[in-house]
Amino acid sequence: MQLHDVWFVLIAFLWTGYFFLEGFDFGIGVLTKLLARDRQEKRVLINTIGPVWDGNEVWLISAAGATFAAFPEWYATLFSGFYLPLLLILICLILRGVAFEYRVKRPEERWQRNWEHTIFWTSLLPAVLWGVIFGNLVHGVKIDAHKEYVGSLLDLLNPYALLGGLVTLTLFTFHGAVFASLKTVGDIRERARRMAAVLGPIAAVVAVGFLGWTQADKGDSTSLVAMIVAVVALVAALGANRLGREGWAFAFSGLTVVAAVTMLFLTLFPNVMPSTLNESWNLTVSNAASSPYTLKIMTWGAGFAAPLVMLYQGWTYWVFRKRIGTQHIAEAH
Amino acid sequence: MELALAPETLARWQFGITTVYHFLFVPLTISLAALVAGLETAWVRTGKEKYLKATKFWGKLFLINIAMGVVTGIVQEFQFGMNWSDYSRFVGDVFGAPLAFEALIAFFFESTFIGLWIFGWDKLPKKIHCFCMWMVSIGTLLSSYFILAANSWMQHPVGYKYNAANGRAELTDFWKVLTQDTTLVVVFHTLTAAFLTGAAFMVGISAFHLMRKKHIKVMRTSLRLGLITLVIAGVLTAISGDSLGKVMFKQQPMKMAAAEALWETEKPAPFSIFAYGDVDKGHNKVAIEVPGLLSFLAHNDFTSPVPGINDVNRSEQQKFGPGDYRPNIPVAYWGFRWMIGFGMSSFAIGLAGLWLTRKKFWLAPGLRTGDEEPPRLALTKNRELGARLSKWYWSLAFVTLGFPLLANSWGWIFTEMGRQPWAVYGVLRTSDAVSPGVSQGEVLTSMIVFTTLYAILAVVEVKLLVKYIKAGPPELNDSDLNPPTKIGGDSTDADRPMAFSY
Repeated sequence: MQLHDVWFVLIAFLWTGYFFLEGFDFGIGVLTKLLARDRQEKRVLINTIGPVWDGNEVWLISAAGATFAAFPEWYATLFSGFYLPLLLILICLILRGVAFEYRVKRPEERWQRNWEHTIFWTSLLPAVLWGVIFGNLVHGVKIDAHKEYVGSLLDLLNPYALLGGLVTLTLFTFHGAVFASLKTVGDIRERARRMAAVLGPIAAVVAVGFLGWTQADKGDSTSLVAMIVAVVALVAALGANRLGREGWAFAFSGLTVVAAVTMLFLTLFPNVMPSTLNESWNLTVSNAASSPYTLKIMTWGAGFAAPLVMLYQGWTYWVFRKRIGTQHIAEAH
Repeated sequence: MELALAPETLARWQFGITTVYHFLFVPLTISLAALVAGLETAWVRTGKEKYLKATKFWGKLFLINIAMGVVTGIVQEFQFGMNWSDYSRFVGDVFGAPLAFEALIAFFFESTFIGLWIFGWDKLPKKIHCFCMWMVSIGTLLSSYFILAANSWMQHPVGYKYNAANGRAELTDFWKVLTQDTTLVVVFHTLTAAFLTGAAFMVGISAFHLMRKKHIKVMRTSLRLGLITLVIAGVLTAISGDSLGKVMFKQQPMKMAAAEALWETEKPAPFSIFAYGDVDKGHNKVAIEVPGLLSFLAHNDFTSPVPGINDVNRSEQQKFGPGDYRPNIPVAYWGFRWMIGFGMSSFAIGLAGLWLTRKKFWLAPGLRTGDEEPPRLALTKNRELGARLSKWYWSLAFVTLGFPLLANSWGWIFTEMGRQPWAVYGVLRTSDAVSPGVSQGEVLTSMIVFTTLYAILAVVEVKLLVKYIKAGPPELNDSDLNPPTKIGGDSTDADRPMAFSY
């Protein structure tokens, strides 16, 4: 295994971590309209991710930064090629962060409602768009001999990629509902479980369709294993949810996300961005990678930083482990 | 859609707009994190309520500000790939590593510990709560170090070799990138300027309240902290700026010649106070100058020659081939002056304030004031400033909070535009750095979208700041004064409301 293979794995790990973590917090954002009965309940949901959403988002920044450093060609083609979807994601992430932070800073109802709408839409859109982007990434796009994306925006909106968007949306919302049942107390906790019981099968159908398509198109035996793990984990999450074992349900819904993303990266390897125009124009782990020296330095840095990050981020979840209900929400200040 | 513009023009405008905007928040975040951490430390150590009130007040303004800094920062990381893909391909091997480390080491620190700080008032013992803000502060410092190392490499590329086979720069010595003189001096200058910014912010807002005789106890303490920080940071900004100037005279003579509108090499070279010239013909029509001072700024003596724009342009043509290697001279010239002018006026106002509001030193007992009254502005031992002049001083101290923001913006505009036509000095031209596959229509779209969004958010942000500034420090309640003794909170009441919730 060469260093660029190691970095492929590490970048896959960062994306997987991002989707596992921001997956449920996008889901929570979507659920503010699906699950919350009143504005106080919306606040309960938002506060389940209050102390952690920002740290979750840094997984994305790290994934992008690591891609830049370890695979500059991949970073350049991906970010310039998927220009408009990424622009939309950026707008959403800007508004979303501000919405969390500013919503409570004024008492006026209109102000707060506007930010609540913002939280819903800016959680929903990226949840869809990441699926679309990853669908295209795995499927391959029009890349020319100079490693430039030469397709149009419409090329990115193909049925396979759109189905991918539906998978991330439904899966993240399900993951979010399971998280909500784990982190809340009172009436909303029960309803979160019931919501998860409804969302789970929908996510399962869409995901099996998309992953099955991926498997038929690009799969091999290892990706098949990942796919089976994803499906089994989803069923297990539903079972645990039904039994009221919320911790297990969350572990399994998380495993579903992890296995699904892993499957996508398995089918991608050794490419990082395949070309649909000519196979020899594929961006691969070797032709898109940085020099061995840079990769070596990055490996040292990441080897030191990543475990530390997981340690103190984990500690945060432990500090804020208590469930939240409407009674815990302080008056606005 | 293709407009009759150079391919890089729109991308440059977008980079300029998003970066200057982002950097309005960055220095405030860097300095306020440390100042708030300092105030909270004072509360933990002394138990004085005024420190806790000050921590909460400045902490809230800090949070309103950092929210914007964080979200606009993501754009920075993405747009290298989006608008500057050829740049990314060319420099990724060198430039990517500090960026990745910034995310992995610094951003995780900041984002995780800020969450703990915001929500942790009733969950963490006060020492640990305070520790979290110090961690945020360390995160901001590390972040600036990595990103400035990356920027310094664009200003003065070292520790790399050009690989002709794949047409890119490749890292050969990461340590050199992290420790070259450009990096160290730029970090020193940017951080001291950041503290000047936060200190002026603190001084301005404290002055606003003290002028109205409100929240005196907290604001007196804040004013003092702000003034001391402002003066120290001001001196260090000037020292580091001087060192940076000397480094730049060596590494980018064109930038410094442009900063002085020095057209021809002169020995000794004068420092320009005012100039108005003809860029096409390459000379000044009007020039007011201090003889020899530029030689001193560049080389520490009053006689050494300093190369002029026309000569540097000729020597770069010989080195890099035909072309115009001059940046936009008026922008460089005025940017340089506005940076120094605004930054140093803030420092001067701070220095005056530190003298005028002194507590005991060379001050008659009659002019000394207690903790509960606003300081009287004493010019000499027995003489107080008149009512009108006092009011003038307080107003000036209030508006000074905006000066460093202008100084920072012009500093970046100067140093980035002064490097043109290069993206990486002497190695990669800006015109070769843009994304070839991205249309001008797409760039224009994103530029309009970002500019509109940023403008709206600026209004929202400023209004919120004004609201919280006017409201002043919060009243403390029992739970504020009795923080938990163990992690997770020690309340036995399962239904107790959270100290803070979104």
